[in-house]
Amino acid sequence: MQVSREEILHIAKLANLNLKEEEIDTYLLHLQDILNFANIVSNAPVDDLNESIGANDTYNVFRKDEVKVFEDNEALLQNAPEKERNMFKIPKVIQ
Amino acid sequence: MNITELTVHELQEKLQSKEITIEQITKAYVENIEKYEKDVQAFITPLKENALKQAEEIKKKVENGEITNPLAGIPIGIKDNICTKGIKTTCASKMLENFVAPYNATVMEKIYGENMINLGKLNMDEFAMGASTEYSYFQTTRNPWNLNTVPGGSSGGSAAAVAANMVPWALGSDTGGSIRQPASFCGVVGLKPTYGLVSRYGLVAFASSLDQIGPITKDVKDAAILLNVIAGHDEKDTTSVNKEKVDYTKVLKNDVKGLKIGIPKEYFGEGINSEVKQSLEKAINIYKELGATVEEFSLNIADYALATYYIIACAEASSNLGRFDGIRYGYRTANYSDLKELFRNSRSEGFGAEVKRRIILGTYVLSSGYYDAYYKKAQQVRTLVKKEFDKAFEKYDVLLTPTSPTVAFEIGTRSNNPLEMYLADICTVSVNIAGLPGISIPCGVDSKGMPIGMQLIGNKFAEETILNAAYTYEQKCRFRDVFKSDNVSPKGHM
Repeated sequence: MQVSREEILHIAKLANLNLKEEEIDTYLLHLQDILNFANIVSNAPVDDLNESIGANDTYNVFRKDEVKVFEDNEALLQNAPEKERNMFKIPKVIQ
Repeated sequence: MNITELTVHELQEKLQSKEITIEQITKAYVENIEKYEKDVQAFITPLKENALKQAEEIKKKVENGEITNPLAGIPIGIKDNICTKGIKTTCASKMLENFVAPYNATVMEKIYGENMINLGKLNMDEFAMGASTEYSYFQTTRNPWNLNTVPGGSSGGSAAAVAANMVPWALGSDTGGSIRQPASFCGVVGLKPTYGLVSRYGLVAFASSLDQIGPITKDVKDAAILLNVIAGHDEKDTTSVNKEKVDYTKVLKNDVKGLKIGIPKEYFGEGINSEVKQSLEKAINIYKELGATVEEFSLNIADYALATYYIIACAEASSNLGRFDGIRYGYRTANYSDLKELFRNSRSEGFGAEVKRRIILGTYVLSSGYYDAYYKKAQQVRTLVKKEFDKAFEKYDVLLTPTSPTVAFEIGTRSNNPLEMYLADICTVSVNIAGLPGISIPCGVDSKGMPIGMQLIGNKFAEETILNAAYTYEQKCRFRDVFKSDNVSPKGHM
């Protein structure tokens, strides 16, 4: 499958990434290379096989929905790129 | 006696007989870090002073009987994607350059519960994406056996630190070979446990259905000891499996008589370096001499598995790394006018090139129009890989392959060609896809003196079998005695 310039820009947008002009061609080349290789999966004899989502077959693990309070607010806020009092600060969302 | 050349079980004996003290151990390692780190560059955050202080405290507590853990005072190095409370956990990324985890990973709770000493956080490829540790944001770790070569990756800092005697052992993580391949390149032992045996709580997620934490050690017995510490069910990780605890040190019988070893011939074909092949063939003959039965068979999944691995791992990574948005933690750009721009600029400036490449690939294979052709197909191939391994384990107890098609390559020779770098994982990824345990042990060196690794693959939760098989080979061949650690002291600029 051939990947176009528009497609890679669309994908980057979906992934919330900017690509610089000089990066686009390199990424395009690498992506194409890797996808050409990955295409081998289309030849795998898997038509009658189910999909596995993981190594183990257990899909759901349930437990009681109990609230556990994490009390070390200071440790959490220490990582905040910007904060005010005991809150994470972000740019205005509602105009 | 050089303390830092001893294995952990040897250190334990010497502590017991009071030939050495807890303080002497940490001090010896700190001295080695001071000597070798400038060449090897294995640490992102060394904790030398902290470690010395802790050693003093633990020694007192052991002396007055307050603590009795058999591993009390033994130092360890930790890959920098495992969360350590109050200590930076960077994932070797600009994104997390200043991130201080507010909690400990479950494995760290277990390590600290044994009163072991954290000697520092070790270098890796950014977010564990790579096979050479060249994709670290901070530095390129060098292989102690030859400083011009890579230590492998992504747990390259862990393997290099063990090989250079800067830590007695270390924790790594393995998504597609990231424990076994660097262990192979650095001439040490690396064990990737069965998926679900070790809790992933607090391991920064790369590909959640493939990631496992495991030990990198000087010998097989140490790997068994460290696995004893970290294995076990954890309610904080729903994929961790609740099963009876095994003492892995008790399964080392030094006997492989009657063991059935399968040799998947596809892993010895084209692309495998001839010296690696020769060394493995010698190892196979040794197993025969030791009484194992060895048989060649066909496991025709290697190419499918590698392609499948890169589809699944990148898809999961693109989802897992969606959390890095510059809001609660991690890098935040200085240039933004609204929230959307804050997300995009923080991510674009905070992630390195390889991480972005994988996010883009992952987003692509999950996007509408390509999902069926790539992701869905890959999930079906995962079933195929599992079935093929199931079939193999009906006949054999252990599968034997090279860990990597080559020995450690030179720094800078592959970092600009992602596909070529990905091919370094060809022997290891299928183990992760099927969730099996795999161990890499050194089985010789090539004509330039670089270590070669042998991989033993077991059935699910058959760690006992591969540990015993590895141990029996090790007892016979004694790699560490033949290739003394003196040879391993970083070469090049000494």
